[in-house]
Amino acid sequence: MEELLQYLFSGITNGAIYAVIALGFSMLYNATDLINFAHGEFVMLGGLGLVTFWTVFNLPLPVAFILAAGMGGFAGFLFERLAIRTVSKPQPIVLVIITVGASIFLRGAAMLVWGKDAHGVPDFSSHEPIDIFGATLLVQSLWILGIVLIMVAGLHFFYNRTLTGKAMQACAINKRAAWLTGIPANKMVLLAFIISTSLGAAAGVIIAPVTMCSYDMGTMLGLKGFCAAMLGGLGSLWGALIGGFLLGSLESLGVGFFSSGLKDAIAFILLLLILYIRPQGIMGTADSKRF
Amino acid sequence: MKIEKKPVFIAVAVLVCIAMIFSTPAWSKDTYKIGGIFSVTGRASFLGDPEKRSMEMAVKTINDNGGIDGKMLEAVIYDTEGDPTKAVMSISKLISRDRVIAIIGPSTTPTTLAVMPFAQKAKIPLISCAAGNKITQPVNPYIFKTAQSDVLAVAAIYKHMQDKGIKSAGILTVSNSFGESGRQQLEKQAKNFGINIVKVESFGAKDTDMTPQLTKIRSAKPDAVVCWGTNPGPAVVAKNVKQLKMDIPLYQSHGVASPKFIDLAKDAAEGIILPTGKILVADLLQDADVQKKVLDKYIDEYKKSYNLSVSGFGGYAYDAMNILAKALKGSDGDTKKIRDALENLKNHVGVSGVFSYSKEEHNGLGPDAFVIVRIKNSGWELVK
Amino acid sequence: MCDMLLSRINPIRFAFFFLVIALVGLLVDNAYYQQVLILIGINTLLAVGLNMLMGYAGQISLGHAAFYGIGAYTTAILTAKYQIYPWIALVIAILLAVAIAVVVGLPTLKLSGYYLGMGTLGFGMIFNIIFREWSSLTGGASGFVGIPSLSIGSLSFESGRNYFYLVWFSVWSVFLICSRIINSRAGRALRSIHDSENASMAVGVDTMTLKLQVFVLSAAFSALAGFLYAHYISFISPGSFDFLMSVRMVTMVVIGGMASIWGALLGASLLTLLPEWLHAFSEFEMVVYGLVLMLVMILMPQGLTRGILDIYERSREKYRK
Repeated sequence: MEELLQYLFSGITNGAIYAVIALGFSMLYNATDLINFAHGEFVMLGGLGLVTFWTVFNLPLPVAFILAAGMGGFAGFLFERLAIRTVSKPQPIVLVIITVGASIFLRGAAMLVWGKDAHGVPDFSSHEPIDIFGATLLVQSLWILGIVLIMVAGLHFFYNRTLTGKAMQACAINKRAAWLTGIPANKMVLLAFIISTSLGAAAGVIIAPVTMCSYDMGTMLGLKGFCAAMLGGLGSLWGALIGGFLLGSLESLGVGFFSSGLKDAIAFILLLLILYIRPQGIMGTADSKRF
Repeated sequence: MKIEKKPVFIAVAVLVCIAMIFSTPAWSKDTYKIGGIFSVTGRASFLGDPEKRSMEMAVKTINDNGGIDGKMLEAVIYDTEGDPTKAVMSISKLISRDRVIAIIGPSTTPTTLAVMPFAQKAKIPLISCAAGNKITQPVNPYIFKTAQSDVLAVAAIYKHMQDKGIKSAGILTVSNSFGESGRQQLEKQAKNFGINIVKVESFGAKDTDMTPQLTKIRSAKPDAVVCWGTNPGPAVVAKNVKQLKMDIPLYQSHGVASPKFIDLAKDAAEGIILPTGKILVADLLQDADVQKKVLDKYIDEYKKSYNLSVSGFGGYAYDAMNILAKALKGSDGDTKKIRDALENLKNHVGVSGVFSYSKEEHNGLGPDAFVIVRIKNSGWELVK
Repeated sequence: MCDMLLSRINPIRFAFFFLVIALVGLLVDNAYYQQVLILIGINTLLAVGLNMLMGYAGQISLGHAAFYGIGAYTTAILTAKYQIYPWIALVIAILLAVAIAVVVGLPTLKLSGYYLGMGTLGFGMIFNIIFREWSSLTGGASGFVGIPSLSIGSLSFESGRNYFYLVWFSVWSVFLICSRIINSRAGRALRSIHDSENASMAVGVDTMTLKLQVFVLSAAFSALAGFLYAHYISFISPGSFDFLMSVRMVTMVVIGGMASIWGALLGASLLTLLPEWLHAFSEFEMVVYGLVLMLVMILMPQGLTRGILDIYERSREKYRK
């Protein structure tokens, strides 16, 4: 019983990490129909940004948080303007290679700036782990959980209650039609990029105390976050949340009751299952054939 | 559209590409060319980067002192990125294009295993900086290594456990070649020390939470936990052990024997016991220790040359270079002679231990290469 | 895309290619250059299979390194552990890759777009984990040592030159097979799938079967490449068949130019040589590599073959005026 609870707590910690990364994927896909394979690298930028702003420059945590997320957003801005927009033939395969190229570039750049070693940051608040029925939960996990929920709620509000958000969704549904109604479609894509990448960087910031940060942390986190996004339904915000927690819990239960060697396989087996059985994901209604 | 042009055009393009690699490097007879293959970037850069610096530093020192038999050394170093294919390309380039007479590296076990047949075939002595036991067991005539085998590290840990009356242990290893090799040794040697392994678990190199594995180990009620991995995973394990309030000793491997580990695990590192080469605790050693002088010199030189704090891993390449320098003396650049000199090398005092090679032993280190340390007040403390 | 319709099998072209291979093999003496060329050949085999799938059938795969690994591991296990004759092991390796491709392809190829990409990615990751975790058979993360070298009778392939010929005549044969397929009825049907799957279904093309056939074909080529790689290096480890390898394969296809078997040759050559050239940048290698990828895709989204040809044609038109 105590063990089961501990597995679930571990699932929550990992699940929240996957969810917050999945959120960035889903958000961008929702607005632009694009999958950014460099998303994991923006997570890495956020984490390493926090290392610099918080532990090296000794700025207060909230300021460091905003600066790190802002840095991710700015990198996303540059990425969209310099790379994505200049593509003459925006076919998906071309965009995939460009984002893969960007991920290699960002990894290389981060290695030059922050070095090859991993960096640790302290928890946001120095509380002892919480003890519930013999199982323990890190306070940082609660921080992650809380911030993820705020992010989802914020995005939900943005899409459903603000004009800009609605315009962005209109672009996603039909860019040309949206443009005809006077929505600056290009600006919307740019904005979506900035929001998505700063979400990614914010994800890096909040998970940094748990995971430790190094220039090559992004790839696996990106892939797992991606599985979570697919699981919940690509493009669905609440789906990202559900997918993340489902993946996190199943992974820790899998380790607990089966074998730890196969832990990474769980994410990808789930990915295949959901693709074969219900490609639109748990929460999705989208047509799986759209490109 | 001129379709017929296309294949011709591509043939030309490919030929141009090939031509670009056909640049023959200058070859001079007044130098001994030594090859270096390290994982300078990529997953194992924590090994390769200090190894490359240490090798360059050792070469510079030797040259500043007049070289070997009047000949200067020239280091040609390539980066494998930890990729076996790139390692194989590097070694062929070293052997057939740069025409080196000996090779130092690679940094990891898989890359070493990949290049070994090529060195063997070309009859070029190779001194690996990787820990894996498979490299020198069985013995290959041209393959040597300087890094302490995990065999010794495991023996050192188990010896300590035995002294403390620990009867059972849970094992948690990283799922890469380092962890796998460690796990095999841990399982193999347990019986010799009367230790019962109650649970074997693994974790991914980039995993963020190991509490499920540790919970499983905890429910098997071992007397101690042994974690085998390289940063940052073991730091997460240390934090998780503290989170789960497990009050049994946690042993780590020599893979985390660097100040970086304490930096990452913060106060969760307190009380952790691990085996390490003496370099980490050079300032704690007694003056009578044979290695003390070599260690102080290496640490001092490294700090002066690079203005960086010394890592526990660069010493492998430093030792390899100095051992090679000894073997080069009087060899006149003949690879067979270098090999023979290597095999007959006895009592070389290096950073990682005292080396004595022989026909059956190409690692050359004894159990005294390791000391057991405990982390205390964010520093190291020797344990007997 | 009229040029690819017109590219009939040109016997002269293949004879020329044959001659170039024979000549290069004779002229190149240095073991290092032979090795570079061998690795280019192996990568070309990987790229050309994937090029058929991506360029002609229009189906992306981010998990093809799995088939490469299946080929390599099958032959390694059979020859080193069970002392089976390598050429029999080659047949078994290819058959196994084909069987797995059918089982995986049937449900996966029903997907399209990013979903197909993700499905293949997941399958590639799972196989990589199998290579790593099934350590009693595969040697685990430390890798598999002691794969024997190849020979036919008294003809040994241990030397660089003989292996060069083995690899490049495999490439030559595979090119021949591919160009025959491309110019057959099946090839035309494939290109129709690339342009519009619905339209080709409407005119009576059995799209599912065709897609599966190409998928299986590319898997077989990858397994062949894996076989050649394993016996050449004589050591394999899971790291050589991971997600990054799949990405590298896709990159070779896209950089070289999709829907062109000769483009696959160019892409494979470039991607094999680029890291060699970038050695000069040492620490900056990754940054430059990423930049090159992005720039090529931004400036020449159809790959270098088409892109440079376009520039050439444009400049010629200008000159004429």
